Amino acid sequence: MADKKIFGVTALFNNPDAIISAARKVADSGFTKWDVNSPYPLHGIDKAMKMKPSTLGFVTLVFGLTGVAVALFFMWWTMSVDYPMVIGGKPYFSLPAFIPVTFEVTVIMATVSSVVAMFAFFFGLPRNAHALHDTEYMKKVSRDHFGIVIESDDPKFDERSTLELLKSLNPISTEIIYHPEKERYPIFEPRFLVFLFGVAMVVSIGTYFMLNKLMYIQPFNWMDEQQKIIPQSKSEFFSDARGMRLPVEGTVARGFIPYPYMGEATPKEVLSNPYFPTKENLELGQRKFLTYCSPCHGNYADGDSRLQGQFPNPPTLHSDRARNFPDGMIYHIITNGQNVMPSYASQVTREERWAIVNYIRVLQRAKNASKSDVKFAKSE
Amino acid sequence: MDVDYSIEAPVVRGRLSLSEIEELVAKPLDSKPDKKFFVALSISGSALLIGAIGLFFTFYYGIGTWGNNQPVAWGFGITNFVFWVGIGHAGTLISAILFLLRQKWRTGIARFAEAMTIFAVMCAGIFPIIHTGRPWLAGYLTPYPNQHGLWINFTSPLIWDVFAVSVYFTVSLVFWYTGLIPDFATLRDRTTSKIKKSVYSIFSLGWRHSSRHWLHYEKAYVILAGFATPLVLSVHTIVSFDFAVAILPGWHSTIFPPYFVAGAIFSGFAMVVTVLVFVRKIFDLQNIITLDHLEKMNKVILATGLMVGYSYATEFFFAWYSGVQFEQFVFINRAFGPYAWAYWTMVSCNVLFPQFFWFKKIRRSIPAMMVIVILVNVGMWFERFVIVVTSLHRDFLPSSWGMFTPTLVDGGILLGSFGLFFTLVILFTKALPVVSIAEIKAVSDGAQPTHHGANHG
Repeated sequence: MADKKIFGVTALFNNPDAIISAARKVADSGFTKWDVNSPYPLHGIDKAMKMKPSTLGFVTLVFGLTGVAVALFFMWWTMSVDYPMVIGGKPYFSLPAFIPVTFEVTVIMATVSSVVAMFAFFFGLPRNAHALHDTEYMKKVSRDHFGIVIESDDPKFDERSTLELLKSLNPISTEIIYHPEKERYPIFEPRFLVFLFGVAMVVSIGTYFMLNKLMYIQPFNWMDEQQKIIPQSKSEFFSDARGMRLPVEGTVARGFIPYPYMGEATPKEVLSNPYFPTKENLELGQRKFLTYCSPCHGNYADGDSRLQGQFPNPPTLHSDRARNFPDGMIYHIITNGQNVMPSYASQVTREERWAIVNYIRVLQRAKNASKSDVKFAKSE
Repeated sequence: MDVDYSIEAPVVRGRLSLSEIEELVAKPLDSKPDKKFFVALSISGSALLIGAIGLFFTFYYGIGTWGNNQPVAWGFGITNFVFWVGIGHAGTLISAILFLLRQKWRTGIARFAEAMTIFAVMCAGIFPIIHTGRPWLAGYLTPYPNQHGLWINFTSPLIWDVFAVSVYFTVSLVFWYTGLIPDFATLRDRTTSKIKKSVYSIFSLGWRHSSRHWLHYEKAYVILAGFATPLVLSVHTIVSFDFAVAILPGWHSTIFPPYFVAGAIFSGFAMVVTVLVFVRKIFDLQNIITLDHLEKMNKVILATGLMVGYSYATEFFFAWYSGVQFEQFVFINRAFGPYAWAYWTMVSCNVLFPQFFWFKKIRRSIPAMMVIVILVNVGMWFERFVIVVTSLHRDFLPSSWGMFTPTLVDGGILLGSFGLFFTLVILFTKALPVVSIAEIKAVSDGAQPTHHGANHG
């Protein structure tokens, strides 16, 4: 007993009137570090103990006002500065529409902060290691008794005289409370901690392999995985494992007619033009010529490239040689390419190529028009 | 049966001592659950399981398993949401508004009603999320800096709803837990089981029933009640904005906020009475949850039922007085169209049957009040059904009219929500004190000091 440190002395009462008068006497004796414990709040105990009114309301006020300010500022910033958007014809800062959220944010800030501040900062809870816990005194005041405790930290505390003071108040019992011995918790033994660490490692590594390796399921795949063959992918179905199939031998794809003189620089013979230079055909030719040919050959086929010397300029198409080409030869050059000019077979269809040929003929005749052409044009 | 209304009835009947009160409330926590408990739990658990199966179908096959369609895109999901949020309102009304009004009789039922608030809001919260069809995208409802550079639309009633319901849930939970802390301490100090003692010690935070703490604690309680009161009114107001801010005839109406709040209290009280009638019988709490309590709640049901009936009449008057053809059509269609059966179920359950509560005999008769409050629950569910479905199914363009037929999955999920609610209620009755021990002790006879004139109160 002697080596134990005293926490304080307590006295128990069993009716609310007795505790009020007892509390008043203890307060009058000038103690400061003392308390009254009761299973429920007693009316008038604050005055008997000379306690100041609670200041918790200030916490509520400060945090409530912070809630108003934060909510309004945040909505103003998001809705009119960071990503301004007109919604329903309302102004960017639409106060009436912001009121509900402002109100809710205020309420949650004010209430949660008050409760947290009260328990954590006013009371210093959670605290399960207090000397009063697990005493007969605590069990009684928790149920149906009212108790006074005077702590040994009080400057006026003296074990004998304080106990006498309490006894003079006609309590049903008094008790001396000692600080509990420092508890030793088996869960803080190093051996147990190492064991715990080992279990944690095994469980987390095991869980990792279970979930990520053995039974991995993609949670929301957004149709990432589909039962179709995408380009360049392997096929399980075909024996050659090619996902992209080659055409069957001796066949051509729909709309694709092979060109017989492909790859010949100077073909012995060429195709003949199957299209008449009708108005529609020439307009198609003009469109395609301006799109595909004019960047290098110029809008009027003069060989004046728009590419500013990034490629060598092609020759003019108004030379005697070009004018004397058969239609099929120009078609061959477009299809097969010539010198630095690549093949345009994949960009321009057969019909469009012949239309371009017809349009080039128009340009050639217009550039080299004779007097009779002018007369002919006027008569048109 | 002779009740003298001129004197205030004692909050606790039978002159129980403080320790007797404690024994009575803590008894269900000390005893092993009996057979009845497991029967009740298995019934509610089965309903919950049916709801889980409904949700499985919803997520596996998609929202198409519901009866929702164009034009009735809201269907059961929103009906159930509004219904459950409404149920929750009674709890906050009892714990906060009646606290501020210094109604001592609230003490016996406040804890239970608050618990029901929390469970009802949990049930409610499920519905808007599953109603979207992609619940995993619900995170986008929170304003966080995301890779789209977008923020949520703070001017939308649906966002207000998210804030209102989540704040309501959080504040109710904090309020409830704050009230539970002294009770956890009491349970900690009376239990003999080591495991229970550890659990109660953790949850009681080491509460010491100190008067220096009670001082701030009571202040905090007033502050919480003061905030919960406007909060509870705001929640159903904002829920009604979901409808009232739309331009649909039948929804676009300024009467909605007060009408919804009255309806919420009406349905919530009906649910509280439904559950308390069983709880007071099963757990022998007739002296703490007295017949006077039930009668007072029945009076509230009568009053709010009249308010709801008045709102129904006013809506019709508005439709006629506005002179808007579509508005008038919606209300005639409600009363005489294809969903007239739902409308008249609603009117008879919500307006006609509660009128029986004018009679003292019926107000104080357990079987009679059971029938009426269950009818009120049914009627209030139909009120939300009528508002959602009849307004949507025939609006401006006759070419876009349609009908809503719920599917089995719809029904299963509704049943499941009741299953969740009652499962939580049943577990609550066995896990936590259903009456606030500290509060009920404080209002029992002789608990407060008597002859200290100046200090009293």
